[in-house]
This record gives sequence, structure tokens and C-alpha cells, in this order.
Amino acid sequence: MSVKIKALLKSPWVFHLSTGSCNNCDIEVLDCLTPRFDIERFGMQLAGSIKHADILLVTGSGNRKSMERVKRIYQQISKPCLVVAIGECSLSRGMFIHSYNCPVPVDKVLPVDVYIPGCPPKPEAIIAGITKLIQKVEREGLAGKKTGERENEQD
Amino acid sequence: MGLGESVSYIYYLLIYGFLLTAVLGLAASWIDRKVTARVQYRVGPPLLQPVYDIIKLLGKETLLPSGSSRLLFLGAPLLSLGSVVLVSTILWMNNLDPSKTFIGDIIVVIYFLTVPSLSLIMGGFASGNPLSAIGSSREAKLVLSYELPFILAILVPVIHSEFSIRLGNILAAQAGQGVFVGSLSGVLALIVVVICMQAKLGLVPFDAAEAETEITGGCLLEYSGAGLALFKLSKYMLLFVLPFFIIILFMGGIRLDGIHLVWGLLKYLGLVALVTVIRNTNPRVRIDQAVRFFWGPVTAIAIVAVVLAFMGI
Repeated sequence: MSVKIKALLKSPWVFHLSTGSCNNCDIEVLDCLTPRFDIERFGMQLAGSIKHADILLVTGSGNRKSMERVKRIYQQISKPCLVVAIGECSLSRGMFIHSYNCPVPVDKVLPVDVYIPGCPPKPEAIIAGITKLIQKVEREGLAGKKTGERENEQD
Repeated sequence: MGLGESVSYIYYLLIYGFLLTAVLGLAASWIDRKVTARVQYRVGPPLLQPVYDIIKLLGKETLLPSGSSRLLFLGAPLLSLGSVVLVSTILWMNNLDPSKTFIGDIIVVIYFLTVPSLSLIMGGFASGNPLSAIGSSREAKLVLSYELPFILAILVPVIHSEFSIRLGNILAAQAGQGVFVGSLSGVLALIVVVICMQAKLGLVPFDAAEAETEITGGCLLEYSGAGLALFKLSKYMLLFVLPFFIIILFMGGIRLDGIHLVWGLLKYLGLVALVTVIRNTNPRVRIDQAVRFFWGPVTAIAIVAVVLAFMGI
């Protein structure tokens, strides 16, 4: 494992992005950042700007309006970065599966690395999911992730 | 200047000015974060956390926002780091060997301590983002407000050491007649300088320039990768350089022999702990409140300190 990936796993700064959810997953993400769960132990910090972030936390269903913005946000992260889909809506469209304006789940648009199910998932579940992501990257590296070049350039 | 002398200057620049200051600054930022965590009943980050942050940021991709000025955008972090390294070299040289001083080096130090803020302003405006421009304009107002009381307070040790503007003479005067913080004017000036230090570091009561929750990072918003790493590193190093400057001016410097080393470290840790406590017990002030605070009560205290110093109290 290279120094670069090791340092990335030791200080992953997160940015959370709601693509039009009911706000419940957002509140659970914010719970993780409070002193009770204290993710600063693992070096995680909440980044104010997308350009400082290493992990993009996506919550909510992918509707027609927000998916354009999600693509643009993803292009602005400095690579290498990881994407986490949180909550039932971003995994499988949840209760909006038959809705006319939610055509795709998030992983049809972004290369999602880990899925955290639940409606909403508990903070413990989110921390467990991130831990599994870190173990996966330790095991396999960032193989399959294009680094340093723009993805999703089409439309 | 002979070859041996220039080699010794390069040695001071690399070993003391860059490496030692960077290590001490990273350690200080860890202390800052750990104390903050303990205040909030948390565990806090591990010891090497600032090092991991810097390495990670250096390894990431650097993005150039379209429409930005390339030279200014990429040059600003280098300028910031370079000025901090120069200041720390001057301070270490004076502290280790007071005979190596030159006339007016205190003025050079004051000038170079403003350059990190100026490069932050430059980088923010160069990135072409409206939120960065707001942060930069706030930083400019902050610089205008804290420079006046800062320089007035620095006049106090200058007056006490019989109008000498050499750092070496100020240190020698303190070795002769006792530290300046022992006098009433010294205490008042120290209070003013500590408040100005908080603003220079951009920590919480005066962090309106890079308010994360409000303008998402202000001047640093568009920076990513290596540029952000250099800005963070220069900010961490400033966390060592500014207390060190105050220790030299008011508390007799840090001596590196025997038990004096422990005493010097205690002075330094005391100042860092003071900064952390101020940062954890105060809410952010608006920029107009900050300007009014610095030009009102803080400048008044500084003027009183200067007058008292003239009277020899």
C-alpha cells in the first residue's frame, strides 16, 4: 500500500450532499459528526468546500433536476476520491421507485464504492459502512478508480 | 561574506527555519485539536494526524478554477510558506546567537508576518469565486484592524530596551534587567499582542475570513491538493512562529541549554493553551464588531501601555 493511499485512509475529509432527500439521512450523517460519535478519532473532518473533500456522501433519490448538479459536484472533487451512497433512496430509489421524476439510482451516475442501506441508516451503520470501505481499499487499493483525470465527461 | 558563513545561513534556513519549525508547528496544531476534543468530552485525533493531513493533501490532484489567474493562484501558497520560513529563520538566529542581529530586524519580522494574510487575500481574489472574494475582503479588513494595536504593543519592548530595534538587543536587555512581562506596561502589551495573535492565526473569535459554515472556507474555498497543503502548513508553522516572537519580545526567548529548555517549552505551551482556550470559549464575531473591538478598547490598552513604558513603569 503506497504512502498516498495510507495517508488518504488516515485523514478522509467528508462532504455530504443531499440530492433531494427527506432530510432524515442528512440528520443521521450530522449525528456522526457530533461529539457523541466523534469521528475525528479516525481523522475525519467535515469539509466546507467540495474541493477539500476526499469522500462524497450522497443521500437521497436521484431526480432529474439534482442529477445534473451531482455530476457537476463529482467533477469538482480533486481525485483520488471515494463515493458513499447512504440510505434506501440513493441505493434503489426507495419509495420513489415508481415515480416519474426519479429515473435512476445514484450508482448509475457516480461510481459508488460502498452502499449503506436503511431508512434512515443509524450512525453506527454509517460508521460500520465507512470502516468496511477503508478495509476494502486497504485490501484492493484504489484499483479500478481512475485517478487524476476527469470522469463522466459526457453530457 | 565567505563560503562558510553562507553555508551556515543555509543550515539555519533549512534545519531551524523549515524543519524544526514545521515539526513544532504540526505538534502545536495537534495539541490544539486534542485540547479542543477534550473540552468537548471527545477522544480527539491521533498524534500524527496533522502529518497525515499534509501528506494526503500533497498527494491529491490540484484543480485550477477556470477564469482564475494562474500565477497568483498558484504563487500565493508558496509566498505564504516562504515568508513564514524566513521569519522563523530570523527569529531562531537571533535566539540562538544574539550577536547575529542586524539593525531593524524587528521591522522585517513585522512585515513578513503580514505576508501570509496578504497572500491569503491574493489567492482568494485570484480564484475568481464570489465567496472567496468575500473572505478576502474580510481578511483585508481584519489586517487593517489588528495591525495598529499590534505595532503599538511591540513598541513597548522597544522602549524598554532603550529604543533598540534589534531583536538581539531586546533579548540582551531582558537578560540584564529581567523579562519585560514583569512590568505593568509589559503585561498590558502582552494582552494586546495575544489578542492580535488570535486574529493573525485566523482562529475562532476572528475567523470570519474563512468561516466554514457560512462562506464554506472563504479564501481557501477553491484551493485543493498541494496549494491547500502549503496554506495549511504555513498556518501550522505560524502557530509556532507567533508565540515564539512573543516569547522573544516579552519573555526572554527560549534557551536551549539544560533546564532552561524545559522553561522555554513551558512558556510556549502556555501561550498555545491560551490560544486554544480563547478559541473554544468564544463565538465568532462579525467583521464590523472585530474592527470596532481592535480600534477601540484594544488600541486604547496599547496606547496606555506605551505611555506607561515611556514613564518607565
